[in-house]
Amino acid sequence: MSNVPANLKYADSHEWILDHGDGTVTIGITDHAQALLGDLVFVELPEIGSILSAGDECGVVESVKAASDIYAPIGGEVFEVNHELDDSPELVNTDPYEAGWIFKLKLENSSDLAALLSADAYGELVASEA
Amino acid sequence: MQRTPFYSQHLEAGAKMVDFAGWEMPIHYGSQLQEHKQVRSDAGMFDVSHMVVLDLQGSEAKPYLLKLLANNVDKLKEPGKALYSCMLTAEGGVIDDLIVYYLSATSYRLVVNAATRAKDLAWMQAQLQGFDASLTERSDLAMLAVQGPNARAKVFSLMPTDEIAIAEPLQPFYGAQIGTWFIARTGYTGEDGFEMMFPAEQAAKVWAALIQAGIAPTGLGARDTLRLEAGMNLYGTDMDETTSPLTSGLAWTIAWQPAERDFIGRQALEAEKAAGVQQKWVGLVLEGKGVLRNHMRVICEAGEGEITSGSFSPTLGLAIALARVPAACGDHCLVDIRGKLQPAKVVKPVFVRHGQSVLS
Repeated sequence: MSNVPANLKYADSHEWILDHGDGTVTIGITDHAQALLGDLVFVELPEIGSILSAGDECGVVESVKAASDIYAPIGGEVFEVNHELDDSPELVNTDPYEAGWIFKLKLENSSDLAALLSADAYGELVASEA
Repeated sequence: MQRTPFYSQHLEAGAKMVDFAGWEMPIHYGSQLQEHKQVRSDAGMFDVSHMVVLDLQGSEAKPYLLKLLANNVDKLKEPGKALYSCMLTAEGGVIDDLIVYYLSATSYRLVVNAATRAKDLAWMQAQLQGFDASLTERSDLAMLAVQGPNARAKVFSLMPTDEIAIAEPLQPFYGAQIGTWFIARTGYTGEDGFEMMFPAEQAAKVWAALIQAGIAPTGLGARDTLRLEAGMNLYGTDMDETTSPLTSGLAWTIAWQPAERDFIGRQALEAEKAAGVQQKWVGLVLEGKGVLRNHMRVICEAGEGEITSGSFSPTLGLAIALARVPAACGDHCLVDIRGKLQPAKVVKPVFVRHGQSVLS
């Protein structure tokens, strides 16, 4: 069973969102998503400074078998990306919710957070896909 | 979906099963990368029981194969010797690639791909017309490939002395019958090892013994990256009925001599050669960022081509591919990775042999 931490928000495109409570968030892909992809070998990070709307393609995670887009789960401006992943993309597999984070956004509108899925709701979504 | 005799062993080993040509097969047992590295550094085993084993027997078995196959079975002089060949259409397209083992003057064993089973059998049966020979499918056999630098030693550790005496002296591309078993020093990884066929009812016992000997189960995912690094063609992606062996890196398997041997597809290939072969099959090593994938567009000064197999090379730690490009393509090209043109080096279509990079 995949790990779905209760303190995070989720998107149905399999990103997790950590709300820092100051109008910024950290985003990565879920344990379920990394398990489906298999061993990651390359992460194309979003560009710092780019302004994203919810649902925008903003990066790519590539495993040995396939490439998969990363979507912005919420609107905002990219202000930090995880360059550790340039040399160690496998961190997304081994530690998807901590060392394997992908990018940070300055939110356009903090109230958008309300539209994201709770851990329970995301857990149900994953269970229904299995 | 069909299952091989090792189905329950795969589940027990934690396999993620996928549909491969109608067969439920293991794609990996947890980590494709780890399985790949295991084969390069030690030993791994692959269930290849879905592949099709055919026994050909009859007084005209040899003349039949001389016509059916683009490579020349007359090269096979010693029992057990194997030959890799294409089977072509009259138009020179590749119906399948296969291995044929010479067993005796009137007896051969062929191994063809699972995904092409029905059309191969139909074609081979149709060509049998007029020859005193018959084909028997050996679905009673299980098949395992055991590959890696330590693979043979680990297999010997399980064998009685009299069997080692037969298996140990086998040179690459030779096989031997040992009782109900057939064991050949062949494979699809660029490593040393064996491919072994044996009665399906022994599957569970053999699997358990090989695990005990420290041979790791390895999935189809690693099988693909291993063969890609070794520069070995995969039917259906690198070549098919619409492509010529001459543009698929398979010219070396076409036996032009003797000139009077009229194998199926010969005329078409001769015409293609006379007109000048327009494309070549090369290796690519990505210098830019990303991973090379099947069907990506390749741009060289001489024109455009296409990646036939692309992935990440676990041994080299970078993206590699096999590609069909214009014959005049030089040492460098660009690959269209999701709209961005990334530079790549054009190399011979082989990247890794016996665990070592062959890139200069």
